[in-house]
Amino acid sequence: MLLSALRHRLRERPPLPPVPPPASAPPRPPFAFSPRRLRLGPQHPLLEDGDVQRHLYLREALTGRAEEAERPRVSEFYCHISGCSQVFDTLEGYEHHYNALHRNVCSFCRRSFPSGHLLDIHISEWHDSLFQIMAEKQNMYKCLVEGCVEKFKSSKDRKDHLVTVHLYPADFRFDRPKKAKSGAKHVSCPTDHDGSVLMDVSVETSEQLQADHMEVVPSESMEVPQPAASPSLPEKRLYKSRIPSTICFGQGATRGFKGPRKKV
Amino acid sequence: MWGRRRGAGPGGGAEELRARRREREAALRKARREQQLVSKRLLREDEAERGHDGAGDAAEAVLEPVLQGEVSELLRGVQRGSEDRRRWLRCLRRALQSKETQQEFVRLDGAVRTLVGLFTCSLPDVQLEAARCLHELSHSSDAAVAEACVPVTSYLLTYLSGHSIELMELCLYTLGNLVVESEVVRKKLLPQGIIPVLASCIQSPHEAVLEGLGYVLSQLLQAKEAPAEIIPLVLDSVLPQHMLRLVCSGLKFGTGAAVEFAWCLHYIVCSHTANVELMSLGAVPALTSLLCDIAFEISQSDSEGLELLICPVLRCLGNLLAEETGHEVQPQDERLLVALFVVMQCYLQQHPFIIPESLWLINNLTADEPFFCSALLSMDLLPALLQLLPHSQTVSVLVLTVLCNIAEKGPAYCQQLHQQAALPLLLHVLMVPDPEVVGQCLELLHLLFLHWPQVAVDFVRQGGHQTLEQHQSTPELQERVRALLDMALQPQDASVFSSPSAASSTFSQMM
Repeated sequence: MLLSALRHRLRERPPLPPVPPPASAPPRPPFAFSPRRLRLGPQHPLLEDGDVQRHLYLREALTGRAEEAERPRVSEFYCHISGCSQVFDTLEGYEHHYNALHRNVCSFCRRSFPSGHLLDIHISEWHDSLFQIMAEKQNMYKCLVEGCVEKFKSSKDRKDHLVTVHLYPADFRFDRPKKAKSGAKHVSCPTDHDGSVLMDVSVETSEQLQADHMEVVPSESMEVPQPAASPSLPEKRLYKSRIPSTICFGQGATRGFKGPRKKV
Repeated sequence: MWGRRRGAGPGGGAEELRARRREREAALRKARREQQLVSKRLLREDEAERGHDGAGDAAEAVLEPVLQGEVSELLRGVQRGSEDRRRWLRCLRRALQSKETQQEFVRLDGAVRTLVGLFTCSLPDVQLEAARCLHELSHSSDAAVAEACVPVTSYLLTYLSGHSIELMELCLYTLGNLVVESEVVRKKLLPQGIIPVLASCIQSPHEAVLEGLGYVLSQLLQAKEAPAEIIPLVLDSVLPQHMLRLVCSGLKFGTGAAVEFAWCLHYIVCSHTANVELMSLGAVPALTSLLCDIAFEISQSDSEGLELLICPVLRCLGNLLAEETGHEVQPQDERLLVALFVVMQCYLQQHPFIIPESLWLINNLTADEPFFCSALLSMDLLPALLQLLPHSQTVSVLVLTVLCNIAEKGPAYCQQLHQQAALPLLLHVLMVPDPEVVGQCLELLHLLFLHWPQVAVDFVRQGGHQTLEQHQSTPELQERVRALLDMALQPQDASVFSSPSAASSTFSQMM
């Protein structure tokens, strides 16, 4: 039987002769055969070889991106966000930088968040005056876990919920309650900290900065790396607040329009 | 990210590599029998770091452990906030490729905490490098090392809602590695919301993200407690429909992701808890059509790696069609049968593990459906089926079972089997010293003698009864051997045969 003939059958489907009527009889001892469709459980011996191949693949698969050193170089360019002086020579480096620092940025206080969900919660809790009024009447503090619809009277209640129900760490980094003196953050400017261009850190008060880094590095908490070249930063920064999720910069630019991620 | 398997590296000839592969396979088989088979995937950047052992597990590619005391030096370097923190992290990451270093590192006070802090910091480069360190730890073969990473899980999930592809990929493979570590880890990830996060992530357009996500899900779904605790959550989400969509688009887009999701579907299907839901999503026709497309693809070009997609797709179809309601949703599409024969023909030499699984699916198609029995005969697939008889014990029994399915459908089918020269091959099978194979062959001969007496006449003419007599002393066979000999040696006694001869000659007229 030729493969080409079979291939033809996969596409063309020439008509088949009619199916002859079946005439089955029940098995008679000592013969016992009767047709059975078989269901195989995960541990069935017939599946052993296939499972072994699957696991060999998992263990041997080389999942990886090109080494940074091997990525195509482009001529050096600066991050286009006003006030950010980060320099790049690969598109990948820029893409990660942009997504990590500038994508989910609060337009009021310039803090950067890892997800749109956390940014939305931050904006309403920190910058929406209606929120404060509403919060006195009903539960307004949304759970930080995507997919959980619980709301709470206060951020403390939410923290309890996060810790007991969702098993989150008690010091979850992205759950900073709004402090009374939070207004101070607006006056902070990057030159306060050695010209650092740390985005969310630099716009916080130095007290908050210290607190952040206390978690990270118990000693010498004030020292932060200086990734940028230019020490002279413009005082005023303009950030685009939210970029529509369909817009995608860098490598994935074209894909961004084809299948936009849905925000929940 | 798909399909880049470790090629043959320097050192070690082909024979040596094969021997090492056999060793590795034996270890996996043993682990599977002990229900301990878990694997992890490694996401690493550069070729040079993967070591030179061309055939080793990814985990084996390690550097020399760093000297005593150097680990804490690295940790201090990382903690010291300074411009070259990133360089320290990179050194640490390389050092963490050795198991001894991993063990020493997680025992250091505040070490994992430091990594978690850097992983959640706002310096993108530092964050990535810290994520890579955590990934190395998650890949450890020492459970204590991987479990030390558990405090990071809530952050791994948080960043999956972000937009940095590279970071998401690292988070996914790290999660996938942690998930198989213990039930304790999974018990923590479920309340942390891993399923809703994955459900929103699966709508990502990025291939690399989708493959990583499929990996995490497949690891979750393999868990012992999955049928009771994980699969219900998955079914309640949008995951199943997306999984099916991504599997079915696997030839055109994202084969790596399709492979992962196909294994996910397999784990769900064989848990036997969700098949009604999957069938209502149209899984059977969708997977049938995919299998036909893959068969077409491999019949014209050498597409390496597709066996890893075919295997779980076959299994899903096999088990779904074994359901009570399975044959109701089964399209009467003979192309599925053709596709299976194409797959078997293409992979007989290179990937023989596909053969028994394909035959199992053919069994499920032919067991209750005269349509597929008739299609197999009329499309001339019988010679290809008979060719497989001497392949192995398992394969022989499965081939004979499919032949029994066909013969059981009555005289017209038996006549056709006889015309297509099945008998001489069956006489060969009778000489095999394996009672299970011979036993199945006796069942087949009985059906053939019963429905189409001419087979018995030709059997005796070709000396089959003499071969048969050799088995008279085998306890589990002797009764059937005697009954067959009685039938074969008195073919003129029409009362032995139930088939009315008038009904029996219709097949060739209808063809």
